[in-house]
Amino acid sequence: MNDSLPEKKFREIISSIHSSISEGEVPEIQMSSRNKDNIVLDYLSSVWKYGDSTVTRSAKSLDGAQYILKLLYMVEFIESMIQTNKSSTLREMYYISEGWNLAKFGAQDESNMMAEDLEVLSSLLREDFKLRPEENGASIIGNITVEEKTRKGEFKKINCKDDVGDSGYPIPYNVEEEKLRIKDVDADFILAIETGGMFDRLVENGFDEDSRALLVHLKGQPARSTRRLLKRLNTEKNLPVYVFTDGDPWSFRIFGSIAYGAIKTAHISEYLAVPTAEFIGITASDILNYDLPTDKLSDRDIAALNSELKDPRFNSEFWVQEIETMLRIGKKAEQQALAKYGLDYVTKTYLPEKLSEIEGFRG
Amino acid sequence: MSTRKSDAPSEFRETSISEFFEKNRHILGFDSLQKSLFMVIKEAVDNSLDACEEYQILPDIYVEINRSGDDSLTVIVEDNGPGISRKEVPNVFGRLLYGSRFGTLRQSRGQQGIGITASILYGQITTALPSKIKTKQKQEDVAYAFELGINVKENRADIIGEKPVIWEKESGTRIEIPLKGKYQTGKQSVFEYLKESAIVNPNAQFTFIDPDGKKVRIERVMEKPSTPARSIKPHPMGLELGELYRMARSIPNRTLGEFLLQDLSRLTPRTLDEMSSTSGIDFSIPVDKLEIHYMKKLLDAFNSVKILPPPTDCLSPLGSDFIRRGLKNIYGELQPLYFGKPVQRPVSVHNGNPFSVEVGIVYGGNLPADEQVRVVRFANKVPLLYQPGACAITRAISEMDWRGYGFDQRGGKGVPFGPAIILVHVFGIRLPFTSESKEAIAGIDLIMEEITAALKTAARGVRGFINKKEKRSKIYEKFTLVEKIIPEIGAKSSSLLGLPEPDISMVLSKIANVIFVTETFQRNEDHYDIRAEVVNFTRKSATFKLYAEPPGTSSSSETLSFEVNGLEPSRRVILEFSVKGTFNQYPGTDYYFTGIDPVWIQGAELLPPDYFEEELRIEADSNE
Repeated sequence: MNDSLPEKKFREIISSIHSSISEGEVPEIQMSSRNKDNIVLDYLSSVWKYGDSTVTRSAKSLDGAQYILKLLYMVEFIESMIQTNKSSTLREMYYISEGWNLAKFGAQDESNMMAEDLEVLSSLLREDFKLRPEENGASIIGNITVEEKTRKGEFKKINCKDDVGDSGYPIPYNVEEEKLRIKDVDADFILAIETGGMFDRLVENGFDEDSRALLVHLKGQPARSTRRLLKRLNTEKNLPVYVFTDGDPWSFRIFGSIAYGAIKTAHISEYLAVPTAEFIGITASDILNYDLPTDKLSDRDIAALNSELKDPRFNSEFWVQEIETMLRIGKKAEQQALAKYGLDYVTKTYLPEKLSEIEGFRG
Repeated sequence: MSTRKSDAPSEFRETSISEFFEKNRHILGFDSLQKSLFMVIKEAVDNSLDACEEYQILPDIYVEINRSGDDSLTVIVEDNGPGISRKEVPNVFGRLLYGSRFGTLRQSRGQQGIGITASILYGQITTALPSKIKTKQKQEDVAYAFELGINVKENRADIIGEKPVIWEKESGTRIEIPLKGKYQTGKQSVFEYLKESAIVNPNAQFTFIDPDGKKVRIERVMEKPSTPARSIKPHPMGLELGELYRMARSIPNRTLGEFLLQDLSRLTPRTLDEMSSTSGIDFSIPVDKLEIHYMKKLLDAFNSVKILPPPTDCLSPLGSDFIRRGLKNIYGELQPLYFGKPVQRPVSVHNGNPFSVEVGIVYGGNLPADEQVRVVRFANKVPLLYQPGACAITRAISEMDWRGYGFDQRGGKGVPFGPAIILVHVFGIRLPFTSESKEAIAGIDLIMEEITAALKTAARGVRGFINKKEKRSKIYEKFTLVEKIIPEIGAKSSSLLGLPEPDISMVLSKIANVIFVTETFQRNEDHYDIRAEVVNFTRKSATFKLYAEPPGTSSSSETLSFEVNGLEPSRRVILEFSVKGTFNQYPGTDYYFTGIDPVWIQGAELLPPDYFEEELRIEADSNE
């Protein structure tokens, strides 16, 4: 019987457990430690990945043994999906685990986390496991043509300017070549936007056509497939990525996960992160330079900023200066605060100014 | 309600303070409408309990509140106490500062003859109505019913009516006071007061009828009368100047020396001789000739000689039995898992007055774990519901660091959080209070230290209980690991690989190289079926003796014993027995063993060498 790649990888993992027991050794699983202290910059790819520290889950403790047992059940479940050509959402898997007796999950966070652990252990992607997240509603609008494989198995051609409504083309959970082919692109850059309100404003003002841009609605912290699509467009079609968010510590993190990679998914940063992405704003300097309406930083905001100062991903002159400025003025601002100067201000003045600033900077 | 023995009128003193009370009643706690209602009932109930205690009667206390208008209430308190002689009724109920305890000292609930008269006076002030008293002594054929008010100017009773009536009770007193008041429920309510009184009087029965006619009965759970406290004479070190002066002149025609030897405790002719040589006091001066500055000299002289501390056997503690049974009676429905052994401190002396502290604690079960522990405070067997923040008891609890004893406490200060009720009883002669209304014990260093010492002993018990519970659950975890999870990992990995199941015994002894003793239980209507498993995860055969002490047993004669003979590796024996009774949460059997090195056993303790002897000793104690 010909095993698929995931099945081969799974077999290795299970075999190590089984042979430990046969040899009278306590089984254990070792993998990269997945926390902030263990991410390092990979100079070759310019993204942040997990470093050398590892964690070991040993069946010596109840927690460790339960972890191994749950992993075995998850592997069994994924193998059965591969064999029957089915897929499930992460949430469905969590509910299915109700029937796993001693191996049932306490919360969906736990099963989501284990699915990621399995990626790290097998060096494969969640998509290979037939697991997908819930739809999160991120979308794209602009002059790009894609072909998406439908559930009937046929590829359907969609132009994301002419074939879609004002909310754009919804980005599917799987944007790998097998599911989504990128055809023609007629645009100069990608503008990734945090909030729906600003996305709608730019669409209404026709910014995509006037500035030859692809507008991507991130919908807050972007899902993996949204980041993967940005990465593919960046590398395959050579489109620069600009990120336009609110001006607060949480939005800085959105940029961080796009440009440098997220801590939780640092094992696949190479697939997801766009190290050349540029942050447009709102910066702390923008708040001062454009005299924007603001809100006071909350205690949680301040704590988040201070934690970013300790985050290796933000350890650059630009970010240290912006974070410190924000802490000093004690203020944050939303993207839509630009409406203070009228509805066209963002497209007529702010974005052209900021984009030329970055272009100029790039020289 | 009743008062004390009243056949020694020569000891009674009178002070005309009725008028003063009328204008300053808040000093005695009659401040708000809620508080005043509370005070009236408290005074009456305390007096009843004091009288019953003195006459060794098991108290039956009946409290009823009737509402005739918004704030217009009538309070009825009835007891089965000794009753009051007809002649004494006007004095006991009609005069402030009339009481038998003035001059001699003893630990008692009531105040110095202020309480019940103040209550009647409060009723009269707020409603202009008299109170009704009915009382019967055992030796009388009839009861006497009075209608009585108070002549404020002359500090005496104003008898409006008096007649003999038939009362089927053997003895007792019933008092009915109309008053303005407000009935409330909650932490500082009449009902809470009765409930807490029931904790420290498990030998009493309380019946309460609230203004809506709802009846609550708290049953008696002990048939043993409380031990009354003995009276003692005042100790020289505990006296204030004015007090000493007044006492000296109260009985004329005697010398200073005679007064001191007769009316104070612990003074002997030898101490007087010593004082006259150290301080030059002349003890032959007649008391009538004494001047106040001379008394001051005398007070200083007390300090210059060694005087024995006051006798300490005059106090009346609640005792372990009362505390345990009382807590169980009132809080038993919360099914606490741990009833601590009540702690009693040795008697200490503060300012010539002996006092001591008792602490009882219950823990776990359905008590709320995320709330502050419930503190129930008592002074001389009287519940303290008001002014917790000012009280030495609350302060001692708040200033102690409870975090090492299994409680949560922010920053190691404040009343801790945890599923516990802590009972603290401070008792003694002339306890210092923060105010005349006696709502909070003053935070004297020595009293705080004694409370803290008792709390620490009680808290250690809780910690021991928690440790035992944690140890049990850790052992259970480990047992689950080797019994269930590891075998399942072996089976699952084999089936995924299509390989035969490996022998897991080596791995098991690597994880737990011990013999496990664990139990599972099946709850039945009135008992539990227990199934104890002894599993050998070691690589050697084992022989030892196992003992099972089922929960709720008080005697080691109920302890079961089993022989475990040549238990081979990977083999198990199953022991089955049943445990009587039901628990909200099955607390678990205690297992002990002998005949094997303790490192090989988990889930059982080495049998203490005196395990069975200890029992004999306790039995001997309880036979006394």
